[in-house]
Amino acid sequence: MRAYRLLLMLYPVSFRNEYGAEMCADFAQRARSESHVRLWLNVFIDTLFNAVAAHWDILRQDLRYTWRTLRRSPGFAITAVAVIGLGIGANTAAFSISDFVLLRPLPFRDADRLVKIWARVPEYPRLEMSPPNYRDWKSASKSFEVMASFHPVSNNLIGQGDPERLDGTATDAELLPMLGVQPLMGRFFTPEDDREGAPGTVILSNSLWRTVFGGDANVLGRKVILDDEPYTVIGVMPATFSFPNRQTEFWVPSRFTAQVFQERDNTYLQVLGKLKPGVTIGAARAELGVVAVQLEKQYPKDNAHLGATVLHLRDELSQQSRLLLYALCGAALCVLLIACANVANLLLARALARQKELAVRAALGAGRERMIRQMLTESLMLAAFGGTLGVLFAIVAIPLLNLLVPIALPTSEMPSLDLRILLFAAVLTTITGVVFGIIPALRVSGRSDLVGLREGVRSGGAKKERLRSALVIAEVMASVVLLVSSGLLLRALWKVQSTDPGIRTEGVLTLRTTLPLPKYEQVAKRTAFYDHVLGEVRQLPSVKSAAYISFLPMVMRGGIWPIVVAGDQPNDQRPKTASLRYVTPDFFATLGIPFHAGRDISESDTVGRPSVAVVSDSFAKRYWPNESAIGHRFNVAFDDRIIVGVVADIRVRGLERDSEPQVYLSSKQVADGAVPFYAPKDLVIHAAGDVTSLVPAVRGIIRRADPSQPISNVRTLAEIVADETATREAQVRVLAIFAGVAFLLAAVGIYGVLSFMVSQRDREIGVRMALGAQARDVFKMVLKQGVVLATVGIVPGVLLAYASARGMESLLAGVKPRDPVTFLVATGVCLAMAMAGAVFPALRAASIDPVTVMRSE
Amino acid sequence: MSQHDEIEALLPLQSATFHILMALADDDRHGYAIIQDVAERTSGELKLSPGTLYRSIQRMLEQGLISETRTRPAPEYDDERRRYYRITPFGVAVAKAETSRLNQLLKLARSRGFAPERA
Repeated sequence: MRAYRLLLMLYPVSFRNEYGAEMCADFAQRARSESHVRLWLNVFIDTLFNAVAAHWDILRQDLRYTWRTLRRSPGFAITAVAVIGLGIGANTAAFSISDFVLLRPLPFRDADRLVKIWARVPEYPRLEMSPPNYRDWKSASKSFEVMASFHPVSNNLIGQGDPERLDGTATDAELLPMLGVQPLMGRFFTPEDDREGAPGTVILSNSLWRTVFGGDANVLGRKVILDDEPYTVIGVMPATFSFPNRQTEFWVPSRFTAQVFQERDNTYLQVLGKLKPGVTIGAARAELGVVAVQLEKQYPKDNAHLGATVLHLRDELSQQSRLLLYALCGAALCVLLIACANVANLLLARALARQKELAVRAALGAGRERMIRQMLTESLMLAAFGGTLGVLFAIVAIPLLNLLVPIALPTSEMPSLDLRILLFAAVLTTITGVVFGIIPALRVSGRSDLVGLREGVRSGGAKKERLRSALVIAEVMASVVLLVSSGLLLRALWKVQSTDPGIRTEGVLTLRTTLPLPKYEQVAKRTAFYDHVLGEVRQLPSVKSAAYISFLPMVMRGGIWPIVVAGDQPNDQRPKTASLRYVTPDFFATLGIPFHAGRDISESDTVGRPSVAVVSDSFAKRYWPNESAIGHRFNVAFDDRIIVGVVADIRVRGLERDSEPQVYLSSKQVADGAVPFYAPKDLVIHAAGDVTSLVPAVRGIIRRADPSQPISNVRTLAEIVADETATREAQVRVLAIFAGVAFLLAAVGIYGVLSFMVSQRDREIGVRMALGAQARDVFKMVLKQGVVLATVGIVPGVLLAYASARGMESLLAGVKPRDPVTFLVATGVCLAMAMAGAVFPALRAASIDPVTVMRSE
Repeated sequence: MSQHDEIEALLPLQSATFHILMALADDDRHGYAIIQDVAERTSGELKLSPGTLYRSIQRMLEQGLISETRTRPAPEYDDERRRYYRITPFGVAVAKAETSRLNQLLKLARSRGFAPERA
């Protein structure tokens, strides 16, 4: 009999309570007349089948009932589902992206052993290496299994349709095998491909292969022309591979010449190393530190103060990108917290409203278990709907948030919906739903059945009201944090946007014509091209001026060179560097950079004439603070220069970073084949009206000057400057949306709590009014409650917000974390929200008619 | 919903339900007695299992086809674990409706030669 009782445990409790005893009696009776084996076999099968069926019956009933009750209160159902959906969606999206960028291992073999190695000087912690330094470090260090260098190249591809400008990477033969990937087809570079003078070989990225080469299966062995030199395609990489960044379209071997190992101050190599198994990054740093000291002794001039920075490849992401994602996750968590608090609040409120219904059901014999089950079904159904909505939100949101994935991340994949995180968020919300769905059920069914009936909806409220108030306070707190954070970021955005870039942004068209080598190795040939293009462009009707420059500010932030000024104080510790550009005449007029003294670079500043330079104001003040810089001399880029003009400073490094002083040289005063990287390539055109309408004409001019010359990067300068703040804008937008959602939810929370309070206390309010309280007093009383709730939440919220603002100070572009305006506005907005949430309940309270309320009792 | 609609909504009856109604037609019975009665009337063809029986009873109580009765047999025959069930007027109406439905069906089958004409 005990065994049978155990078997009966399979049935739902309510069923067992009802019929268990009878079934036992039946069983006893049958046991007397039937054979034991047969009886047990029958009983076992019967119980198994019917227990499942009984559970299913109840579930169906509960689902039907839930569906009906939810449909009866669609406001509640929609709100709850939307809130859960927002919470799950926001978190799924935010954590999917953060996991992708910050946590997931890079798609390379032994990714945890891959490190980036940089040169370091006091003012620049991460500096590219020169080939001789790279060679010396590589041979002297023992910590690495492999070390390989690479550097960006940009070549014109000719012979595959229109000439095209492609970004690629030149690498040592060791680099690609070190990453542990296999080519999709073909092979990697051999040391033979990588020696000086070897015939050109190229490996294509998957996207280049698919677009330009049409996915040709026979592409291996094809000859292509890159910057006038023939290359043979030897491999194609898989679609998932990208290195060193997402924009690399091809790889070629570095093929260093003997000459480059003579130039210890020509720094352009990035270096990737793979630590030997068991060697820590600290040990590698220490070793390279020692090597650096030895090299400094050996080359005291070129390697002065030169140290090494070693970073895990994963940690290459800037602190800002990282922080931005932390902020995003923090905001998403705030939204989740608020969502949970709100759902809990809704369910509690609902339980309160249904107290009478539950009491009736309990009185009619619904057992505690059945009622808990019923409420659970309801919460789970809400959670399931909300979860589905959340997935939809996340699917829509993730592509929007992709703007926040840094380009520097060396993988070509984009984040997608992360199932683990989805599950986590769903579980969290379900738990919230379950816990807050069960509590009211337990309370109600635990009481003597008739109390609820007798007291109607008016009983047992105080405790729950406290809980609900606490939840609202938490919501207000989280909203304050989000409001302040997004407010500060908005202020930072405005501040950055209002930064004067130092250049004219409106009415300037830019495009790039990178002249290939060796075709344009001779300065005269380049000059002829510039003269042809500029001459014809200046003839176009609306064009006011046009010029060429090595690279536009903000597009290319580097180009930093050491400066030697005769008679300079040797113990002056300030950096002696400048950002270097070669320009044609009229550059300053085209970008609206004013002259403070002297003259522009002129057509007659050619080789054979004195080398001239135009410098920026900060450069002139740095070295000649008390006199005019005109006529003074300094040395840069292998030559002495005489200053002929001083112009205003511009923001070479972008709106958010201070720039080095600027030096401009004449595009004609350079030796053939010297510093080819600095050959002017960016064309800037200042014109009246819509500058983009010039594009076809300019294309035609360039085609006439050189039909095989590709044109790339056609943009307006306004776009380039706007790009400076694009990430920031995306980030502010996301946080603002989060803050908006939080804010709305908190307002709804306050409204809910106060509405309930009013409906709970209508009799008390009625009595007060009967005793002479004015409607105005009652209105004020309820409003005050709202303000008190908000204030209790605002105070700790402000402290938390300050803490989080301190944490993201480096994202704030100089806006102080305790920025009083932001805090005042956020607090004010929160108070206003509390008032707005309280107004309707307060109005309702004020309109209570004492007579009606008393009579209804 | 009118009573007619309520009855229609329950038709056709599951065979277990119909048998239980028939078992309760002449007398109040407890669960085990219902099983025995059904088995007897069908000459052992249909043996309701306890699980099926009590699930049916639970549902029939909810549907109002049967009710639990408080009149119990004399103490010497009573087992306090037993509960006695009685058919309700609604249950009778539903059983009659089911019978007439089956009757119609039978007539239809006969007209198609599926069953022998009434002897």
